[in-house]
Amino acid sequence: MDKTKDSHNVEMDVSAHPAKMKVIDKNLMNDFIDSLIVNYTVFAPVKKDDIIYFAQIKTGADAVLDYQNSRKAPKEIFFPQSEEMFVYDWGMGRIKSTEEVGTKRILLGIRPCDIKGVLLLDNVFDAPDYKDVYYTNKRTNTIIIGLGCNSPISTCFCTSFDCSPFYNHGSDIFLMDMGDKYAVDIITDKGNEIISKELPDISDEELKLLEEIRHNAFERVGRVGMGGIKEKLDRIFDSQFWDALHEKCLGCGICTYLCPTCHCFDIVDEALDSKGQRVRNWDSCMYPLFTLEASGHNPRPTKKERMRQRIMHKFNYFVENYDEYLCVGCGRCVINCPVNLDIRKVIKEILRQ
Amino acid sequence: MIEAIQKQIQDEVRRLLTDKRVDLVIGFEKGTLPLRSAPIFIHDSADTNRLIWNSFCENNLANYLTKINNQRVAIIAKGCDVRSIIALTIEKQIDRDQIIIIGIPCQGMIDWRKVEREANGELLETIEENNQIIIRGEIFEQNLKRDAFLYMSCQTCQYRNPVIYDILIGEKVKEISKSKEYTDIAGLETKAPDERWAYFCEQTSKCIRCYACREACPMCYCEECFVDCTTPKWIEKGLNPSDVQIWQIIRALHLAGRCCGCGACERACPMEVKLCYLTQKISKDIRELFGFETGISFEQPPPLATFNLNDNQDFIYG
Repeated sequence: MDKTKDSHNVEMDVSAHPAKMKVIDKNLMNDFIDSLIVNYTVFAPVKKDDIIYFAQIKTGADAVLDYQNSRKAPKEIFFPQSEEMFVYDWGMGRIKSTEEVGTKRILLGIRPCDIKGVLLLDNVFDAPDYKDVYYTNKRTNTIIIGLGCNSPISTCFCTSFDCSPFYNHGSDIFLMDMGDKYAVDIITDKGNEIISKELPDISDEELKLLEEIRHNAFERVGRVGMGGIKEKLDRIFDSQFWDALHEKCLGCGICTYLCPTCHCFDIVDEALDSKGQRVRNWDSCMYPLFTLEASGHNPRPTKKERMRQRIMHKFNYFVENYDEYLCVGCGRCVINCPVNLDIRKVIKEILRQ
Repeated sequence: MIEAIQKQIQDEVRRLLTDKRVDLVIGFEKGTLPLRSAPIFIHDSADTNRLIWNSFCENNLANYLTKINNQRVAIIAKGCDVRSIIALTIEKQIDRDQIIIIGIPCQGMIDWRKVEREANGELLETIEENNQIIIRGEIFEQNLKRDAFLYMSCQTCQYRNPVIYDILIGEKVKEISKSKEYTDIAGLETKAPDERWAYFCEQTSKCIRCYACREACPMCYCEECFVDCTTPKWIEKGLNPSDVQIWQIIRALHLAGRCCGCGACERACPMEVKLCYLTQKISKDIRELFGFETGISFEQPPPLATFNLNDNQDFIYG
């Protein structure tokens, strides 16, 4: 199936398992999460200074599940912004790798767009020819409890890609908010393992309600036509189009750092004498330093080349390599760009070329 | 009132481009989101009707002037943008003769995050009427008092009217009472050092080092920022608190006597880190110590870019 074709209707693609679908009362959620915390490191959305982050929680009450979406994408649970790879002490002749994951983990309350983001990252970090142990160890040891999106906002455009507000691929358990209860779709055996108590089956009325919720959510999502963008970009690499597109861009890294799919990094040694650690930090194609060569030459010397790279990577190179767009329509870059450089508008302008 | 200003901006800009007095005009256009306007670069007089003016023209456009090469540019400038233009001219980063300043007296810009938090749902439409902002969503409409939602930097600003300009559009506005100046840092100044440090640590812990604060600042024009320098490497690039803290401390110190307090850094920050209190405190100190205010005149050089043999040297050991 070509996932970059416009006609693909994701709503129909999402497979619910009515036979297995359960419900859990919202009043029981805290106890349920607390029971998970006993055996797992649990990451969930938390609120601090009015901003939603994904962080480790110590109690179920800390999890904020009635949220829109987190400011920073939860990709950092698998691909942290700054990650120690190993520590060394040359004098003592010791090197200690930090690739092992200590405890089993649960990522709770992640939205479908962000799960889709993780699935896209799997292409890069968990590829047949190369497996990044730091990433794959965390992926294998993490159970994902996704959370459907009842009220997408005006900047959401997930259905323009292979995703939707109730896209449950990649989740081990998928929760859907039905007011005072969650519908619980247990998708994998891994997910089934953590449901210790027998949960009541979903009723026919609840299934009907759920269908309505899903349909309404799907209808709310804005659509951006993507048809033919890859082929268009094949042809306009040298176009004048790029001369004006970047003009107002500040060249900050907000769009790439908040993005659930951007994954560029830089590896550095932080050393003092013969002791230190090797660290992997996020980097961004929007920075001049990202491509600056030791000779002083920079193949992407201005914002024009850097902006083009970001767009080409998302809608052309990644499609070429993995047959998917490197965007999930979460809208974070749209909302947070300081100069309102709206990627939806950029897509439309490219298609007009 | 706003419509009249907008029309005048469009007319002036059309004239400048048609008469070939400038190659480029930097102004604002309608944003794609309800509470946002966006910078726009206009090269062709046919595009002038895209120019707008409202309470969401929050970017400091002087930021772009260090990147225009040899083009002759007209720029829409609020009080703070003009102060940055003066500061950049004094630092010889831009050529004043290359720039036509279209000054606009400013009523203060609206903090969109503050408005969003006040809204009873997702905000889909905004209308400005006199001193009101009417916000609408799917199932709500609210009338907000404009002045209650201004950015902090706009609430304490003392230079709403551009101090210099080539063309002035709109009536001059009443400046904010002198008593409001630096009220944004009053609370912090009276705190004990360890409380201030705790506040700083808490704020910097939110920083993700995307450098939007640096990129949004007109005065951060260094070709190579100290954080990007690899030989020598001054600080590490990760999220270790000491590295993040030193980044924010040095960023603020590098702006001593150069910051006009426009607030562009704090507005750009995606994690809402409070940044202005640091630069504001330094600006206040600079004024008390050297009687200098950034971007007010072309005459006085920035105090930290000059020296005098009679300078006080008591603090130097030796």
